[in-house]
Parts: sequence; structure tokens; C-alpha cells
Amino acid sequence: MRGTSGREGQQAPAKRVQFSSPFLPYLFLAPQLAIILVFFYWPSVQAVQSSFYLEDPFGFGSTFVGLTNYTDVLKSTEYLGIARFTAVFTALVTFFALATGLLLAVKADGVIRGNAADKTLLIWVYAIAPPVAGLIGMMFFNQHIGPMVELARWFGWDIKVGLDYSDTAFAMIVVSVWKQIPYNFIFFLSGLQGIPVSVREAATLDCRSELRRFWTVTLPLLAPTAFFLLIINTTYALFDTFGVIDVMVKDKAANNPITLVYKVYMDGFRGSDLGGSSAQSVILMLVVLVLTVFQFRFIERRVHYN
Amino acid sequence: MAAIYIAEVSKIYTGGVEAVKSVSIDIADGEFIVLVGPSGCGKSTLLRMVAGLETISRGTVTIGPRVVNTVDPAERDVAMVFQNYALYPHMTVYENLAYGLRNRKTPKVEIDARVAEAARMLEIEPYLDRKPRALSGGQRQRVAMGRAIVRKPAAFLFDEPLSNLDAKLRVSMRGEIKRLQKRLGTTSLYVTHDQLEAMTLADRLVVLNGGRIEQIGRPLDVYHAPASTFVASFIGSPAMNLVKGTLAGGRLHIGTHAIDLDHSASAEGPVTVGLRAEDLRLASAGEQALLFRVAYVEELGAQRLVHGTVEEQELTIALPPEAPLANELAIAVPIDRLHFFSAENGSRLHRPRGTGVAAGAAPARPQAVNLEPAL
Amino acid sequence: MHRTRIIDHVILLIGAFIMVTPVVVAFMTSTHDAADIHRNGLSLTWGGHFAETYETVLTREGGFTGKVTGFNMMMNSMILGLGFAVGKIVLSMLAAYAIVYFRFPLATFFFWVIFTTLLLPLEVRILPSYEVMNALKLTNTYTGLIVPLLASATGTFYFRQFFKSVPDELLEAARIDGAGPFKFFIDVLVPLSRTMMAAIFIIMFVYGWNQYLWPTLMTTDEGFFTLVRGIKQILLVWVGSNIPDYNEAFALAILAMLPPVMIVVIFQRWFIKGLTESDK
Repeated sequence: MRGTSGREGQQAPAKRVQFSSPFLPYLFLAPQLAIILVFFYWPSVQAVQSSFYLEDPFGFGSTFVGLTNYTDVLKSTEYLGIARFTAVFTALVTFFALATGLLLAVKADGVIRGNAADKTLLIWVYAIAPPVAGLIGMMFFNQHIGPMVELARWFGWDIKVGLDYSDTAFAMIVVSVWKQIPYNFIFFLSGLQGIPVSVREAATLDCRSELRRFWTVTLPLLAPTAFFLLIINTTYALFDTFGVIDVMVKDKAANNPITLVYKVYMDGFRGSDLGGSSAQSVILMLVVLVLTVFQFRFIERRVHYN
Repeated sequence: MAAIYIAEVSKIYTGGVEAVKSVSIDIADGEFIVLVGPSGCGKSTLLRMVAGLETISRGTVTIGPRVVNTVDPAERDVAMVFQNYALYPHMTVYENLAYGLRNRKTPKVEIDARVAEAARMLEIEPYLDRKPRALSGGQRQRVAMGRAIVRKPAAFLFDEPLSNLDAKLRVSMRGEIKRLQKRLGTTSLYVTHDQLEAMTLADRLVVLNGGRIEQIGRPLDVYHAPASTFVASFIGSPAMNLVKGTLAGGRLHIGTHAIDLDHSASAEGPVTVGLRAEDLRLASAGEQALLFRVAYVEELGAQRLVHGTVEEQELTIALPPEAPLANELAIAVPIDRLHFFSAENGSRLHRPRGTGVAAGAAPARPQAVNLEPAL
Repeated sequence: MHRTRIIDHVILLIGAFIMVTPVVVAFMTSTHDAADIHRNGLSLTWGGHFAETYETVLTREGGFTGKVTGFNMMMNSMILGLGFAVGKIVLSMLAAYAIVYFRFPLATFFFWVIFTTLLLPLEVRILPSYEVMNALKLTNTYTGLIVPLLASATGTFYFRQFFKSVPDELLEAARIDGAGPFKFFIDVLVPLSRTMMAAIFIIMFVYGWNQYLWPTLMTTDEGFFTLVRGIKQILLVWVGSNIPDYNEAFALAILAMLPPVMIVVIFQRWFIKGLTESDK
């Protein structure tokens, strides 16, 4: 439309016109940068550094041990067991939270299209902190008063959360999924409502079966949202469930399922194994790094779509 | 109010793309100049360099007495009307108009007076307390104009200000802009891709193509004597027909047709011949004519546009609505209205006699809208 | 067609039931007394001990030192939530303004310095972060509680996206109208960002209020405990008591969720907008 040839193709600045000032941008950036340097880069570098050292238990300095911390960690059957549990836990939480969120969003989209007030009931749980959710979960799974225990007994299942490994894992997953459903619901619903009416109408003309329409038209159009949520939910299950787990295992990690983050915390703060904990941190960093690179590439691609 | 001199101005983007190539325009005080050209011709870039929103890579821009190359946009004493109006959405109409004056520390009384005057001129007085979102497209356009007017700047810069309006509103706002500009006498630089807008508004228009000036001139001069095939096809609607031909010995050959010219052509060899659709008519018996095969007809009411081919080359003729139609028509060639362009670079070869000045003789259809509304 | 509608409604009702009931039960049970709960289990009916239980929870001095009250913890949560949200908005708006609206040599470099923080959540670097806080003597301070949480680019990312969506012409018009960097920021950009700021405030307040891991590490002095941080303490106190104070535990849980839930419910539109339009 406008005579702006030659702008495309180059790395476009955020705005056509920008201020230029020798010091103002630095002034505006300074507070954020200072905090990031001190509280992000410094600790991150430290984590990597101390993962190569063995801390003297009596505080008399530390020795460089190369990759020993890593090999120790990766050889430990305990660590590998926890890693396995973390993977299963993450997969289950992500799957059920996404599936339930999607189901509710699809139903809500048909029923309460555009009506904000009715959504409230489904989303308010978002605002509840994970440990608070964990506390409520503990009550529901409490041996004396918990209705979930009674319900399970009805089916002939004697749930012993806190004592039985898999029962505790079950409760942790239920609570973690419950807490995350609203988030997925919000995004799926907004994704669904972002599908143009004309596309839905075209699909109605082309395909009679509602289920088939969902699989062939709606779901592919929701794919970007779903992928975004997949990453977010994985991150949630890996890290944000710390509060749920901490409340549910009550520091008695021995017979109870815990995730990798919890293990880092246990070793670092309870066991004072600085090197081992740091090595675990770095391993986790790598996991997150892979996830985030996925996410960035995806965001980039979506920018092109728009 | 001031004259503006644009002297050999170029815009080179990092990466080497040259959007504007050594453009020079002298704009007299109070003159209304329209920059017209297709997308990407550099017209907006040029305007934005005058405004100070783009840096000037080479050359100088002078507004009034000073060279403004390094002067901040706010200090250039220009006001700009944007395509999307760029009204501050959180301010009322009054605040939108007053914002620029406040930043210049204009006394409150003066601001009130100027806003009131502009609002009266633009008939937006009832809306002064409203936010832009409560206004219609036309009203927003007026507010955008008002914001420029209150500043009493040396020059108005318009960047496609009407392209977001619907067709009907565009015609009436066009008239209004012209009326206001004449009344205020403010030097104006106006960018558009719409040749009709350019023809109707401009004192002089500047046709740009690929960052270069193709032609500067009064609308009718440009219409009657386009400097190149580009201008010929861009100015005027329908576009001027361009047909390949050959000049030889005072005759113009188009395919198997040969037409006697009444003057010896200054050039020999292959040329591009320009024929305005409105200059063509049906030939009477005995006249030298071209054989025209009709493809389809567009009925416009006041005239009919007949599209077809001559010697496999596309051609459009504007005929009176009652003209008889057939599959093949004999077309008279107005030898005094032919335009010749170089076959190599498209530049105008010479000026056929009897055109340009004798504007009255030409069917000056596009100019019909040019009349100012009665005040 | 008609039948599917009914099934849709039923599924939604079940969904709403699952999402809402636990919290309603928690609230209702908190109005019973402890012995009653111990005998009869969780309850869906009003127990009549609302006032005394909540008064006890808010005002009784408890904890190991016997000095901290529920009200104290609530204030600490409020300070954390507000401090975090306000800090986040101020820092990230300024940084995003510099990145989007200024042309300067190191722009790309700083962009990456800031956005790399999105790569690693606080959870994977808790131990070294704790060491740094120790070195800076910031444990058991509000600064130590709030500021390290600000070391991420989420807010900056939100505002950068938003600023980029503001039409270029507004800046151009403002510059011709004589507005410099400060004037433009205050007169145009901040007022334009109001909805965005509200949305981010809500999300960040909820995020800050709900922090658990970091406050657990940073605060050993109960005077700095937040409600969410205090939750585990409640559970630990239980261990070994004959009739656990279920009612008080529930009451504290309700108090800990009340402010963020209220904000999300009341400002639902902004909250959803902020969440979905900025893509985290």
C-alpha cells in the first residue's frame, strides 16, 4: 500500500521510527539487567561450576573432580528410579490435564460460546497455589476423614496415601491434574473461539459427522495451541508440582515418589551434597533447554503463519 | 507557511536498497503537490523524509529558510495526516487536537481558541468530548485533519489520508481537503496511489516510479503530454492504450496497417504508440482506420468501454452509449492525438502538435470532479 | 442434535462439579470444629463455627516461636504478591520500551541477555540462587523474597509483544506533535497499556502470592512466612497430635486461596486476555 519497498527481507526494526539517544535505553534497561545479572546469570554460572567440584563436608574448600558428580548421579539407581518416575508422572499429568481441558473446552464452546460468566466455575482453580491444592488433596485422601478413601474402599481399593508408593503417586497425579485443568481449558477455549465462524460453516457444509469434523478440521486448527500447551504442561509437571509433592510427602521421601526437582532440593538442602545437587541442576537445565528451544522454534513458526 | 525545496534527495536503506533516487522538487509557498505512484515507488518514503520520520541518505530538504535534514520532526513546523489517522485512542477529540500545542507550551487560551476554530471549520464541535473510538471513519478523518490545522504549520503532509474511507466519503473528503487547503493557503504535500485523487487535488503532481520522478507537472499537462509510457498508463482512466508500431517515412505502421501522419515524424523505427481510449472513435467511410476486434463491452452509462484487439494488441475505446456495436469495428485514428514513446526506454519522443494547450478540445472527463463545492 | 446438547451440558456440569466441590467442601468443613470433623469426616454443610475458627487462625500467635499469626502471614503474602506484580510491571515496561522504541548499538545483545532467562526457571537453579542470597545477606528479607523472582523475562516479553502491536503511526504522530521519549511514554504509551498492565498485574499477583519453593528457601524466620509457605508448617504441627486441627488447616487453606481466586474471578476478562494474548 505504501511506498516502503526495500524494508522487507531485512531484519526489520520493531518500529519504523525509533528514538535514538546515547544513554536513555541503557537507563531503562539497567534495573532489569542488574537483577538478571545478579539473580540469574551469577547463580546459573555457579551451578555449572560447582557441579564439577566436590565440596568438603566440613567446609574446608572444594576439589575439582571433573565429571565425577555427573557419573555418580547417573549411575545411582535411586536417581534413575526417580527419573523414571518423573517421566511417567509428567506424561500422565500432561496427558490427563490436556485431555480434560480439551474435552471441557469443546463442550463449553458449543454451549456457552462467548459467555464469560459461565466460564468462571471452570477456571477459578487456576488461582489456587499448588501446595494449597496439595493440602486439600491430602484431606480428601486422609485415612480418617477423606471421602476419596471411602470412595476407593467402595471399589475394594484400600488407598494409603503417604504410606503406599503407588497410592501416593496416584493422589499426586490427581491433584496435579486437577490444578492444571483450568489453564488448559482457558487456552483451548480461546483457541476454539479463534477459529473463524466461516471455517466452521464451510466444514458443516462439507462434512456431516460432527466427530469427523472435529478430527479433520477443528483439531488441526487447534494444533498450535495444543503444542504450546504441551510444552507448558510438561514444564508444569516437572517444576510447578513441587508444592503438591512437598505437601504430600511431608519430608518423608523415603518410600514416597518424588520428582527430579524435589530430589535436587532434598540433596541440596537436606543432604548438603552441593556438587551432586548442582550436577542434577545442570541435567535439569539441559532438559528445560531442549523443551524451550522446541517452544521458541514453534513460536517463530507461528509468527510466520500469522 | 513556507516553500519547500527537495534537492537531489535519496534514501538508501541499510542493505543497499535505494527507495528514493535523487529526487528534486521545488514547492512554492501555498502550493498543493501530490506525489503519486504505485506501491513501492518511494512516495511515502519521500514524504516521511520531509516529515523527519526517515533520515535523509543524500541531498537536502529545505522548509522555509532552513535546511531541515537534521532537525527533529517536532521542530520542522510540519503537520501530518496519517492513513490510519493515528489518533491517540485514550484522549478525547479535544485532547487529541490540543496535544501538539500543549507540548509547544502554547497558552491555554490560545489552545482553546485554535481548537474551537478548527472544530468549527471541520464541523466536529459536537464531538470534542468524545474518544476516537466513538467516532465514525469520516469523523476520525476530520479530527486527524483538525490536529494538523490547529498547529498552523508551515506545511501539511498527507500520507494516503483517504484510503481507509469508503468510496463515497472519499469523494466528499477530497473536496473538503481541497477547499480547506485553498482557504488556509498552506503548502501541502500529499501522497496517494489513486491517480484520480492526484488529478483532482493537485496544483502540480509528481509521478514517481521505482524511486525516480517520471514527471512533474500540472494535472492536465501530465494528462495530455505524459513523459513516459509509465505515466501514460498510470494517469487517466481507462489507462492509455499502448501499442507497438513502427515509424517510417512519415507513416505509422501497426502490423499490416499503415497510417499517414500529417507531419514528418522526428523518429524512425520501432515506437510505442499511445492512444487515449477517449480520443478514439468509430471511423466514417473513407477515413483511414484500424480494424478492431471486440472482445467484451463495459457499460458505464455515460459511455461504453469497448475492449478488444487491433493486430493482436489489446486496446480499449470509450464510445458514446448510443454507438453501434459489431464484432469488428473500424476505428478512426486521431493523428493529432497520438503519443509516441521510445520503444527502448518508454520516454516520450516528441510532442504532437495541437495538444496540451488545447485542453478544451479534449474530453476532460476526469477533471469533471475537480470543481470545488460551492461555499 | 438435541441429545448431544444435553450430553454437553452434563459433561460441563460434571467438570464444574469436580473443579468446585473440593473447595466448597474445604470451606464448609472449616466451619465445623475439629472433633466434629474427626468424627464425621468432611462436610458439605455449614458448621456454625466460622467466626471463631477464622478468628483463631488469623489472630492466634502460633508457630514454633509462638509469635506469628495468620494475619501476619496474610500481610506477607500481600507484600510478596503486590511487590512482585508492581516490580514486574515497572521493570519489564521500562526494558520493553527500550527494546522496542529505541535504536541503539547493543539492542540485539541485550534482547538476548534478557530473553535467555526464559530458558531456565528458578527451580533448576535454587541451590546456587540460595547461595547467592546468603552471600548478599538477603535471606529473611522482603528484598530477598521478591527481587530474585523478578529475574525473568516473562513480563518483558508480554510488553514487548504489546508495544510491537501499537501502531507505528502513533509514535510518528506524537513525534510531530513534539513529544520526546519521556513524554511519549507517559502521555501515550502508559495510558494505552492500561488494560495490558491490569492483565499482567493480575497474572503476576497470583503468581507471586502462590510462590512456594522460593519463600520456603528464603525464609526461616517465621515473621516472614507467607500463607502459602506456612501450609507445610501446619501439616508438620499435626504430626503427633491426637485430633488434628482439620478445621484450622482448612481455614488457612481458604485464606491462602481467597485473594488470588477473588482477583481472578472479579477480573476474569482481563485475566483471560492477559493470559492468552501474550502467550506467556
